[in-house]
Amino acid sequence: MTRSPILDETDRLRAELPENFRDDIVESLYAEAARISATSLSHAERPARPTLDKLLDRILTHRVWGFLAMGVLLFGVFWFTIAGAAVPSDLLSGLLVEHGHEQLTRLARLLSLPDWMSGLLVDGVYLSTAWVVAVMLPPMAIFFPLFTILEDFGYLPRVAFNLDRLFAKAGAHGKQALTMMMGYGCNAAGVTATRVIDSPRERLIAVITNNFSICNGRWPVLILLGTVFLGQLAPPPLAAVVAAASVTTVAALGVLTALVVSWGLSRTVLRGATSVYSLELPPYRPPRVWRTLYTSLIDRTLKVLRRAVTMAAPAGAVTWLISNITVADASLAAHLVDLLAPLGWLMGLNGIILLAYLVAVPANEIVVPTILMLTMTLGTNLFGAEQGVLLDLGTAETATVLVQAGGWTLLTAVNLMLFTLLHNPCGTTILTIWHETRSATWTAVATLLPVGLGIVVTSLTAAVARWAGWG
Amino acid sequence: MSTTPSPPTTNACGTCALNNAANLRRLGVDPSGHDLVVALAGNPNTGKSTVFNALTGLRQHVGNWAGKTVDRAEGGFEYHERRYKLVDLPGTYSLLSTSEDEDIARDFLVFGRPDVTAVVVDATRLERDLNLVLQILQITTRVVVAVNLVDEARRHGITVDFRHLSRELGVPAVGMAARRGTGIEDLLDALERVALSPDSFDGRRVVHRNRRLERAVSHLAERITQHVPGVTNPRWVALRLLEGDPALERAVAEGRLRDLVADPAGPRSETVPEEPDA
Repeated sequence: MTRSPILDETDRLRAELPENFRDDIVESLYAEAARISATSLSHAERPARPTLDKLLDRILTHRVWGFLAMGVLLFGVFWFTIAGAAVPSDLLSGLLVEHGHEQLTRLARLLSLPDWMSGLLVDGVYLSTAWVVAVMLPPMAIFFPLFTILEDFGYLPRVAFNLDRLFAKAGAHGKQALTMMMGYGCNAAGVTATRVIDSPRERLIAVITNNFSICNGRWPVLILLGTVFLGQLAPPPLAAVVAAASVTTVAALGVLTALVVSWGLSRTVLRGATSVYSLELPPYRPPRVWRTLYTSLIDRTLKVLRRAVTMAAPAGAVTWLISNITVADASLAAHLVDLLAPLGWLMGLNGIILLAYLVAVPANEIVVPTILMLTMTLGTNLFGAEQGVLLDLGTAETATVLVQAGGWTLLTAVNLMLFTLLHNPCGTTILTIWHETRSATWTAVATLLPVGLGIVVTSLTAAVARWAGWG
Repeated sequence: MSTTPSPPTTNACGTCALNNAANLRRLGVDPSGHDLVVALAGNPNTGKSTVFNALTGLRQHVGNWAGKTVDRAEGGFEYHERRYKLVDLPGTYSLLSTSEDEDIARDFLVFGRPDVTAVVVDATRLERDLNLVLQILQITTRVVVAVNLVDEARRHGITVDFRHLSRELGVPAVGMAARRGTGIEDLLDALERVALSPDSFDGRRVVHRNRRLERAVSHLAERITQHVPGVTNPRWVALRLLEGDPALERAVAEGRLRDLVADPAGPRSETVPEEPDA
């Protein structure tokens, strides 16, 4: 191919230019912008508002107080969510799970549906869907608006600012803190957001660690686990506080993990220089509360709920099927649980939980109902539940079931929360990572590294707990 | 491509937050059969997504922080019986350095050749944001500068002289507070005016202070015009080539510079088919 004469001319001209001509270009541009801006603006004597902004920033981005404020705000949001969701959750559960299930069972009998069909549809599909709606809708309807208000107010970049120093020390790009903030909404979106990072090395680190930002799908699961298992251990007045504290701790652990993994990657396979960048702190803006309530209800809550429901229905069917298909004297589920039991024990969990995670690979949201369903089926028959039927119990009874029928201990609950933080990204996120990196290797790393880490961490806590005699 | 004789204003706008923009019909994600293409550019966190939502009626996620939109979002609206396709570009501080989001924004401005580009700027950070405006003006002069957040600027005691700003930049500048839905009508008017204007605008060109650089740019721009007559922005192409922009070097080597030739008829007429995605 012959080179274009224009490119030859370009090379010739460039050779004649001074070395720093690129700086000149930028300088001319900036000077012009400064001139136009100065002549177009007029200032009043003393703006009153920035002082409040400055005061807020001095606290919220302070080396010490900033982190304290972060913890208090997060804790407050979780506490509000957990305390506020209890009553509507019970109401919905009574309506959809107890009442609705009873009516549908009656209807199925009236239509004289065959047993397997009413079992699959009513006990499998309907019950798991109803359960997901009842336990997930109220916390989400509270949590997402609160989080959106914080975002609208301009708080998230302050969190990024606080974390920025830590990420720089971990050898990662400062903008990674921003992509993590995005990941707190949805990891797939967080992975896409890493496009703002120029260096491929730092971008890969951000992609791999984004999964440690707890996403929309996992917040409700953690809130639920915290409420059902840890909250119940405390005396009733303190239950919500303990639950909120446990979720805050897991979120903080997520940040810590992201930092440690980033540090590890930037010291080993992804070595290189850290880029410098400037983070812009937007002004605080009074959040528009009603609009926020509306959009976060429609956009976030319903979207996540829809996904959970569409995933819950087939998962309910699968659970019912594996519980009711018998191979060599035991259900398929029982065989699988036996197979997974040793690994489950090692991780301080059990075979049922791991099987539930396998069933729930497409969406983490439905892990808990699946665990309950399997525990009721395979454990000691406590409440006279049928095979593969999801139980209709309140939170207190749920804990009782798991402790008595599932043999759960505090260790199981804690490790399940840890495993919720540290396991593979959901199907959508894995697909996004593939799209963004176009590399099977890095997609595999981003998928397997968190699970591996989850297995190691839970095994360690299990070993320590057993050694100390708690397990 | 005929449109309905009178836009239905009553039912859609009665409940609309911007009922002063009575001629606006928001088309959501359906920009099919559009007559004109509008690009939405700007620095991060200046309210581009808010403007996008106000015009299209979509609810793209808006957040008070920089770098939230990295993809190109598209939507549509109808104004004065013309259908517009609106393309929300990722927010960037400049078009000089190369990161993926800047490339997406720049490539669309250069090769997507929108009929008009709305550059959203933050009234409280005008100087910083004007850097981007000046850079965009080197690529295209079919620009409207939407000075957003004037309400916040007022709270900080800042007022903007829009007439002066328009004169300096050579393109219309309008003030707005998109979060409250004010100024949308002015923006729509200005967009329509620029998109339909047969004349080219005399956008502010940055003259380089370094005389040798200025000479090199002018000389190379001339050569480019000789080779490919009709390129809309020879000076910008020249500058980018001098800086060694690989994307443009490739475009020159592959003879794609012709893609930059403007239609002789000014704005694109209705007969232009779907443009290939840049």
